[in-house]
This record gives sequence, structure tokens and C-alpha cells, in this order.
Amino acid sequence: MTGAGRHVLEVEGITKTFPGVVANRSVSFDLAEGEIHCLLGENGAGKTTLMNIVFGLYRPDEGTVRVRGEEVSFSSSADAIAAGIGMVHQHFQLVPTLTVLENVVLGAETVRHGVLELASARRTLADLSDRYGLPVDPDALVGDLSVGIRQRVELLKALYRDADILILDEPTAVLTPGEVDEFLSTVRELVGMGKSIVFITHKLREVSQVADRITVLRNGEVVGRTTPAETSEEELAAMMVGRQVSFTVDVGTSDPGEVVLEVDGLVVDDNRGHAAVRDCSFAVRAGEIFGIAGVEGNGQRELVEALAGMRPVVAGDIRLRGRSLLGLDPRRIAELGVGHIPEDRTRHGLIGAFSVADNLVLNRYHRPPFARGLVRRRSEVTAHAEELVATFDIRTPGVDVPAAQLSGGNQQKVVVARELSRPLEVLLVAQPTRGLDVGSIEFIHRRLVEIRDRGTAVVLVSAELDEVLALADTVGVLYRGRIVASMPSAEADRHRVGLLMATGSEAA
Amino acid sequence: MTTMRAAYLRMAPVSVPILAIVTALAVAAVAVLASGSDPLVAYGALIEGALGSPERIATTVGRATPFIGTALAMAFAYKAGLFNIGAEGQILAGALLAAWVGTWSFLQGWPGVVLIPVVLVAGTVGGFVWGLVPGVLKARTGAHEVITTIMMNFIMSLLAVWLVNSLDPIILRDPDVSVARTRPLPEAARLWELVDGTKLHLGLFIMLGLVAATAWVLDRTTFGFEVRAVGTNPESATYAGMNVNRITILAMALSGAMAGLAGAGHVSGAEGFLSPGVFVNVGFDAIAIALLARANPWGIVPAALLWGALLSGAPLMQQRAGMSTDLVRIIEATVLVFIAGDAMIRWLFRIRSKEEVSTA
Repeated sequence: MTGAGRHVLEVEGITKTFPGVVANRSVSFDLAEGEIHCLLGENGAGKTTLMNIVFGLYRPDEGTVRVRGEEVSFSSSADAIAAGIGMVHQHFQLVPTLTVLENVVLGAETVRHGVLELASARRTLADLSDRYGLPVDPDALVGDLSVGIRQRVELLKALYRDADILILDEPTAVLTPGEVDEFLSTVRELVGMGKSIVFITHKLREVSQVADRITVLRNGEVVGRTTPAETSEEELAAMMVGRQVSFTVDVGTSDPGEVVLEVDGLVVDDNRGHAAVRDCSFAVRAGEIFGIAGVEGNGQRELVEALAGMRPVVAGDIRLRGRSLLGLDPRRIAELGVGHIPEDRTRHGLIGAFSVADNLVLNRYHRPPFARGLVRRRSEVTAHAEELVATFDIRTPGVDVPAAQLSGGNQQKVVVARELSRPLEVLLVAQPTRGLDVGSIEFIHRRLVEIRDRGTAVVLVSAELDEVLALADTVGVLYRGRIVASMPSAEADRHRVGLLMATGSEAA
Repeated sequence: MTTMRAAYLRMAPVSVPILAIVTALAVAAVAVLASGSDPLVAYGALIEGALGSPERIATTVGRATPFIGTALAMAFAYKAGLFNIGAEGQILAGALLAAWVGTWSFLQGWPGVVLIPVVLVAGTVGGFVWGLVPGVLKARTGAHEVITTIMMNFIMSLLAVWLVNSLDPIILRDPDVSVARTRPLPEAARLWELVDGTKLHLGLFIMLGLVAATAWVLDRTTFGFEVRAVGTNPESATYAGMNVNRITILAMALSGAMAGLAGAGHVSGAEGFLSPGVFVNVGFDAIAIALLARANPWGIVPAALLWGALLSGAPLMQQRAGMSTDLVRIIEATVLVFIAGDAMIRWLFRIRSKEEVSTA
């Protein structure tokens, strides 16, 4: 049904500047009825700004927005919703302590005699669930739901408000591979039922799977309009980044040495006190990337945190060159040469309010040359930061800027730069490229291979199976807290590893 | 954006509090009118009462002195992510210990160079201990510091009343005077008056020194870095190898120590003895002042001076305009409402907030 319908949304000549930044420069874009139009671009290319303008969250400096042929000027998202536009934000706008039903009606409640009236809302929600194939338990607390289900709730929220133009902002950024496939087919169904969808993403594979048309943004400007049939992922990536990029890092051959890290019968509890890692054993050699594949929630987080000393070990042992790390605090473990790129950079890896320079010494601020006794030496911290910003190509207006103002990719580069800029025996890496754009992913993969080649033992945990298969020298599969199989990468094919991830054994 | 407009926006950290004060005075004028007085007369008297003569200025500054220490205590704890409601108990713990230690008989006859430091250290220790307890409770058991510091306030204020009021047995009470207060400190243990006949004393410089030291520690030392890290993101702090519990305990105890030092300074400088009711509300005013200063150590000095001015100008306002000194509390409260709700002021005077400017 490509381009079949009339235009339900037209954006013309939109320019929007923030102090010091042009977020959009005369951008034009249109959405036909019943199509999926992908808005593709790297982080910071201006995709979200553009859609926030359409959704009434920002006012453009110049340009017009027309909905179903009529020029509109929204002063808030309420106007946009009234015009039949729904937006699912990258960061979900849900209240975790309320139920699904309460979240869906929130802001559009029916009140009778001053009392919340949920019975009719419940029926409407059930109807919508049925019609669009989005099953949910209306009485479940949102806080208890998986990310995939929460996304479903966000969609239902928009549908409940009668949206027929849906803006999905990076909807798959937080989903697991299985959830992504399910989500994409849901999106297809929605279009089949007459909805029109703007799909914001930087993931090329999704674009080719789902788009009717594609508009590529770079640095706030439209750099290309195309369709999946007319283009290739390589071409799209080049448009997005502005240069040729390679998808597969040349990992070369590894030359593993002696065993550096040994994990032996490890048991670790999760936050609720249940064993998340059970009898987990593996060994990693110098100059080797040990990739841990597994469906999320099989103990990855607890395993990495225990290795870094951030979570107590219930039983078993962790040895670094034969020396047990049990009972050591994170600082001591880091000082023994264990680097850690944590899963969640904003929660653990960075302090957003602190400057880039301070974040680059976050775990070494107290050591020479960054401090003399108790007194910090800011000139050393700044010099160190300037050097790392240059060598790791961190895009920042300056080293004094709060880290929170950087794009996701550059924030991750700050973490990577900090951890890789000291001698390491072992590097723990969890989800290193989650939510990053193509250019940053390529950069970080290269760095991981580099540090391996310098003789560091790398433990790589990733929910992206492709990432594990592309980088690892040895692939281990984590299933219910145990490494159920480990094999040289040459023997690890997608099918075999996928089966192990799903069932924990190779027998189908 | 024109450069003048840019400059106007850059002034925001200073201009927003000032505009909030002006707006608050305008709004409070309604209350003055309602009470049947002329706002211009009332505010004129308030300003004259606070700043009208060198002695009045000295009194204003003297009143502000203990506020500097207690508000600083609040601000420092806040930097570590702790809400220390306990300055009231901590200042009293410091004052009590200072007033007691200063009258120990074996210390009598020693010169000021010994006695003054002994008294000040005693006060600091008193506040330190009174802050340490909620710090330990928070770190070891997770007990929320707001609850425990409030309870510690009750314990200390009642303990002080008992220790100082009790006649049978006499514990700390001075039996030679009719009012309930501790025995006077020896003259050598007194901080010098800076202006004769006022309560402005050397403690002011001690408090300013404390502000400078706190700002320096927060900004330039590894401990200050740790405090700010724990206060901003304790999970990142753990990841970075910081001992969050230890830093929490230490920050809370040091916060108490600052209030305790303020208490000792007040006993040694302004009064020479302790009457148990002297610090009522000081701890809560400290919260207000720290809020007014946005927890910035140097911002606390002008904020505390403003507070001192409002309080010391109130009696003349009462006399001239014929209205209650409670009105000063109304003005203070209005100032706070506008400071806390600074979005109102920013909207009123078209000053965009930093977040809006940097959204990209």
C-alpha cells in the first residue's frame, strides 16, 4: 500500500534552533495514510526534535505542519492528541505504581459524580486489545511488567485516545531480539487496520523490515528520501553517518595466553534474594574475548556485578591469576586491573551532573596524578580529559560540560575511554552498544578488539546475539544462571547458540 | 538572542532570588494593608531597624552569625544527598557541651588562647556526635535521616531543658540567678565583641572561615568529590569504588559538627552562657536559608544576612507601623514560597531556566 493514501501529515520547511545548536534546518517530511514512514538518523540528528514539534511539545522557529491538509499550530501535546496524533516516547511515560488500565486512562479519565469510572474504560481497553492483537492484563501493575509489555501499554494508551497517526520514537531500543520481531509485526498489523505510522529509529535492519518509505536525517537536515527496494543497508548507513561504515569489525585472529580469570561454581543472589547465578563456571584467557550469550534476565547483570565486587558472592570463587577476589570491594578489584563497562551507563557508569573531565577519572580521582593527598589537581584532570577526548573522539563542546548533555554514544565513549585508558588484566563489558548508533557501535567494537590484542581478557555480555558472535573468540551460553555450553566462535552458529539460549541444551 | 538578553539570562542565579524577595515584599504588602498599616511605613521601619545605624547593622550581622553555620550544615548534608533536619538539635548539642566544658573548674585561669579553642572544639564534638547517630542509623539500618534527626531534635531540646532547668539536683543550672541558664563562661573563654554593646562577635569570622573551608572541601578535595558523587548518584559512586556508607556517616557527622560549632560560637560570643530556649527555630530557619542559597556555601552568607535583617528589623517595624512581629514571619514565608517556586519568578520576569535552554 506504498504511498496509496492521501497525506495525513505534512511538515514543510521546519527550522528549530536551540541556543548553539540547529536541531532542524528546513526539514520537510510527509506521511501518507496507511504507511510506515521511517525517520532514520544517528543520535542527535534531529529526529526526535522534529516529531516533538509535530506532537506540540516544541514550537518551530519556521515552517508549517499540516494534519489532513489543514495547517495546525499546536501549543501543547493535548492539541496534538485532539487532532488524532499519538506518540510513544523512547522513555516510557508510565506510572509504575498504577495498573495497566489506570495508566491507559490517565489524563483521559471518565469521571461520574466526582468518582473515577473505570468500567467503560475497561471494556474499551479489552476491545482495543482484541482488535489490534495487543493482549494485556488490565489489572497488572505496570511496575511488574516486562519492557515489551510496557511498550504494548504505551501503544494502547495512544489507541485509547483515538490516535490514527502514531509516532514511535526508537520503539525497539529497549526490546530484546524476540520482542523486536513481535513488535514489528504488531506495527505492520496496525497499519493494516488503517493507522499511519512515523517510525523513528537508527537501526537499519528494522528499516528494511518495516518501512514503506524512508527519510534520512543528518545534523538536522534531510539527506535522503528513499524506499527499502531502492536502497541497501550499506547505502543507508553511509547516508546516516556521512561516510562509508563497515558493519563487521575485522576481529582478526586471537592469540590467547594463559588463563587470567577463573569463575568456579559461582552463586549470586538478585535483589530479591533469589539465586540468579547458580553454579556458574568458566575461564577466560589473556588476549581472548569470552562472549556470554543469553536471553536477558538469565543472571547476566548479577554475574557481572559480582565479578566487579558490587554484589556479594553467596558461594563459589572468582580468581584473578590464581588470587581469589572474594570479599574485595570494587575499588580494590579495579586496582588489581579489572575494568568494568557497566550495562547501564547513566545509572552506574556516569554521574550525569558531573563534568566530562570528572567522569573520566570517576574511579581514579583519588590517585596521583589526579590528587595529591586529599587535594584534587584539576589541571591534571583537565589535561587527562582533553587527551582522552581527542584519542577516543568524544564529541563534546568541552571537558567541563556535564556528561548528561552528551549524546548516548558519546556518553558511552566516556565510559569506554575511562576504562580502557589504564592497564587492564580483565575487562568486563555489559551491553556495550545498547541504544547506540552505527558509527559509535563500530568504534566501540574496534576498541574491544584492540584491547584484546594487547593481551587483556575480555568478558563480553550482550543481549545482541550478533554482537557476541561477531566479536567473541569463545562463546559461552548463560541459561538460568549457568554457563550451559561454551565453544570456540568457529563452532558457534546462530541456530546452535539460539537453541541453547532458549532451552539450555542442544537436544531439541 | 541579543547580547543584552543573554546577559539578563546569565544573571539568573543572582537575579532570581533578588526578584523573588522583591515580589514577596509586594505580595506581603497585601497582608500589611489588611492589618491596617501602611506598607511603605512598615518596610521603611523594617529596613531602618535592620540597617539604620552602625549598631543596628552590627546587631543584624550578629543575628545572622549562627544561621550561617546551621544553614551551612544543612547545605553540606544536602550535597551528600542527606536532608539534615537536625541542625536545631545539633546546634544545641554543641552549645550545651561548650557551655559545660567552659565552666570546668580545672580549666579556670587558663588564658583565652587555650580556653576559646577548648570551648569551640567541645561544641564541634557535641554537634559531631549528634550528627553521627543519624548518620550511622542511615548507613547501617536505612533509617531515614529526616525522621531520626527530628527525633534527635526532641531528645536534645528536652535534655537541654532538663540539664539546665533542674534545681534538684542542680546539674548545669547557675544557682545564683533567677532565670534558668548555665553558669557563665570565664571571661577568657569569650569570643571578643566586634562592636561594643551588640552581639556581633568574632564568631562571625569563624563562620566565614567555615564557609570558605566547606566550599574548598567540596570543590577541591577528593572527599568533597566523594560527597557530591554520593549525593548525586550513589549507584555510580559504588561502581566507582567509593564507600557510600562511610561517606554518608561522615557527611552527616560533619554537618552536625558545623551546627555544633555555630552553637559554641554563640555561647562563647553572644551570650556567655546557655539558656535552653535560645535556639528555638534556628534549625528550621537554617533549612529556609540553605534553600534560599540553593545549597551553595557562599550563597549562604547573603541569605543568612537577609534572615538576620528581617529578624532584627522586626521590632522597629512593630513599633512604627503598629503591627505584629509575626508579620516578619509572613514575609519570610512568602520569600520562601517564591524561592522554592522559582518557576513563578522566572515566568513573571521572562527568565528561562537552564534546562529549557539546553534542551536539544
